[in-house]
Amino acid sequence: MNSNILELDRVVKTYQKTVAVDEVSFNIPKGSIFGLLGPNGAGKTSLIRIITTITKADSGQVLLDGERLNSSHPAHIGYMPEERGLYKKMKVGEQLTYLARLKGLSKEEAKSEIDFWFDNFQIEDWWNKKVEELSKGMQQKIQFISTVIHRPKLLILDEPFSGLDPINTNLIKDEISRLHEKGISVIFSTHRMEQVEEICERIVLINKGLNVLEGEVKEIKEQFKDNLFKIQYDGEFNPDIAANYEVVSHSNGELVVKLAPGIDSNNLLNNFIKSGVHVHAFNEILPTLNEIFIKQVEGQSDE
Amino acid sequence: MNKLWLIIKREYWTRVRKKTFILATLGTPLAIAIFIMVVGWIFSNNTEELRIAVKDDTGVVKVIKDSPSVKFKVMNDVDLEDLRKTYQDKDFDGILYIPEYGENLMKEDFKATYYSEQQLGIMTKEMVQNQLERKFREHKIDQSNIDRKMLDGLDTSFDIKEKSADLESSEEEKSISAELATVMGMFMGFIMYLVVFIYGSMVMRSVMEEKTSRIVEVMISSVKPFQLMMGKIVGVGGVGLTQVLIWAILIPVVVTVVGLLFPVDPSSMQEMSAAGEVDVEEMEFHINMLLEKLKDMDWIIILPLFVLFFLGGYFLYSSLFAAVGSAMGDDLGEGQTLTIPIIIPVILALYVMMAVVQNPNSSMATWSSMIPFFSPIVLPARLAFQPPAWEIALSLIILLASSVFFVWLSGRIYRVGILMYGKKVNFKEIGKWLFYKD
Repeated sequence: MNSNILELDRVVKTYQKTVAVDEVSFNIPKGSIFGLLGPNGAGKTSLIRIITTITKADSGQVLLDGERLNSSHPAHIGYMPEERGLYKKMKVGEQLTYLARLKGLSKEEAKSEIDFWFDNFQIEDWWNKKVEELSKGMQQKIQFISTVIHRPKLLILDEPFSGLDPINTNLIKDEISRLHEKGISVIFSTHRMEQVEEICERIVLINKGLNVLEGEVKEIKEQFKDNLFKIQYDGEFNPDIAANYEVVSHSNGELVVKLAPGIDSNNLLNNFIKSGVHVHAFNEILPTLNEIFIKQVEGQSDE
Repeated sequence: MNKLWLIIKREYWTRVRKKTFILATLGTPLAIAIFIMVVGWIFSNNTEELRIAVKDDTGVVKVIKDSPSVKFKVMNDVDLEDLRKTYQDKDFDGILYIPEYGENLMKEDFKATYYSEQQLGIMTKEMVQNQLERKFREHKIDQSNIDRKMLDGLDTSFDIKEKSADLESSEEEKSISAELATVMGMFMGFIMYLVVFIYGSMVMRSVMEEKTSRIVEVMISSVKPFQLMMGKIVGVGGVGLTQVLIWAILIPVVVTVVGLLFPVDPSSMQEMSAAGEVDVEEMEFHINMLLEKLKDMDWIIILPLFVLFFLGGYFLYSSLFAAVGSAMGDDLGEGQTLTIPIIIPVILALYVMMAVVQNPNSSMATWSSMIPFFSPIVLPARLAFQPPAWEIALSLIILLASSVFFVWLSGRIYRVGILMYGKKVNFKEIGKWLFYKD
């Protein structure tokens, strides 16, 4: 009945004199992968701590699946902090059982979930290993299992790939998309933009506690595009045609053109083909999220 | 509630199963047993028999009492020089020669000589001296016609019996002797001090570990910080109780078993007391009386009170230790200053306790029992002296109320501290945390 897994409405959090979160509002649709972006110190962690019920907002409201946050909600949230942590001296199996039971699973449920994940990651013989005996990558796997073991509705991953090698990164990525297919909503907090572009459907950009930008990744890119087009061609280039357009750069058979508003890109392509050059490729240059991010964050600090 | 129980269980089990815990818990009684055996062995080995020939020119010493390790034989009819040549052939280890004392019997200093290739042990020497002194005293009394009855009448000893001034109370005397109560009080106070210190700092280290290993953020996304803190305090406290209980059972058992297997010869005890004056029977009588008095103590009242004061003191101090642990960063050395305000009262309490057992009815005893930082150590030490009931009750109420208060206070510091990284923390900062909103 409720289409949003999480709704934030004018959430404020102040620490002493600093405002960490300043009237931030956004919604996260059910089943989506949502990027929570922002530079260091923007208030991401404060927001996450509010959502995970570690702290309370000073004002505003947070709805999880249509309900105001309450003490039953941690059982539905899986949170992997940026700074990973496990009990180093504890055995893997006991540790996962303990963390699962704190999320409200029974002993038997915990056991069968652990078996499932051990099987999934092919680490069946790890039960009796101590965490400190494992490599960092292996520990990350355990950390990931501990985050999802209670089948949360909402998964919050803070910089989930930091410190992971490409193989483990892919492994975790695959698991995230598998969970996503099952309908689990994911909040993905990071400042690594290329990962966001690859994974997220929607984002919110936070800077200095303020909600700077929010929406679907596609829309945002549309919104920030500069009408730049790139043409790759062979053959004799006719400068007369180019004179009608604003040329941003031109070298080695690669031309970047900025179209004035209202001019159709087909028009550009038509004129080019007519000019007798052989067009290999024609595509619009959309800004990367990274560029948008930097623009927004720097633009704000200029004010 | 269920989560709190899970935390307690984990905190308890991971510690109880640790090798270091098992080693310390079982090793301590074992070490005591080994110590007793070694001491017993040293003394039993020392009782190699010594045979001493006695040549007494005064005629005062007829027979010197043998002790288990020393046998005397008076050989006045042999010439000293002959004896010095032949004593080893006659299987003696030495000759004790007591020369004539001359005209004046009533002098203080007498001299004897011990001829031998080996030295006399200090204990044997003292025993022999004692015997000679007694014989000569007897001899002097006989020679000077002193009335023995009158002389005995000069011996004086006093025994002060303590009774309650309360007219209502029965004439039954306060049964516990002051010495015994002092020892008991010291013992109880000291145990309390150790337990608070050891397990309090164990709580602190554990909080720090959770913070530095960053598991704490995972934990408090599932449980409340207060639950985590309480779970830890209760779990570690359980570990402490387990250890003390195991010791309370194992140590007496081990001591008894060792005592049966390697009986310590009471006569070697007699030698330890150097003089040979102390009667074995008299000593046994003393020990039995002490045991009797120990049984007379109101254990049914003292033990539960001890446990209550333990709980109050433990919660008070360990919650403060937890708060300090949460405020510490990765740098242990830097955080050490934060523990000072906790450690000072504990140590002070120990000294106050020692002063109070010396003087159990002083006003210091009363007021220090009303200060919650001192009372968990001071009042258990006073229990053996049967302090007034209202003082116990008031002290206990103050302690329990303030331990609840400090647990609450520490909880407020803890919830902020565990999430605070990379910040130098001082007391002003911690003070501010108290007023942070959730």
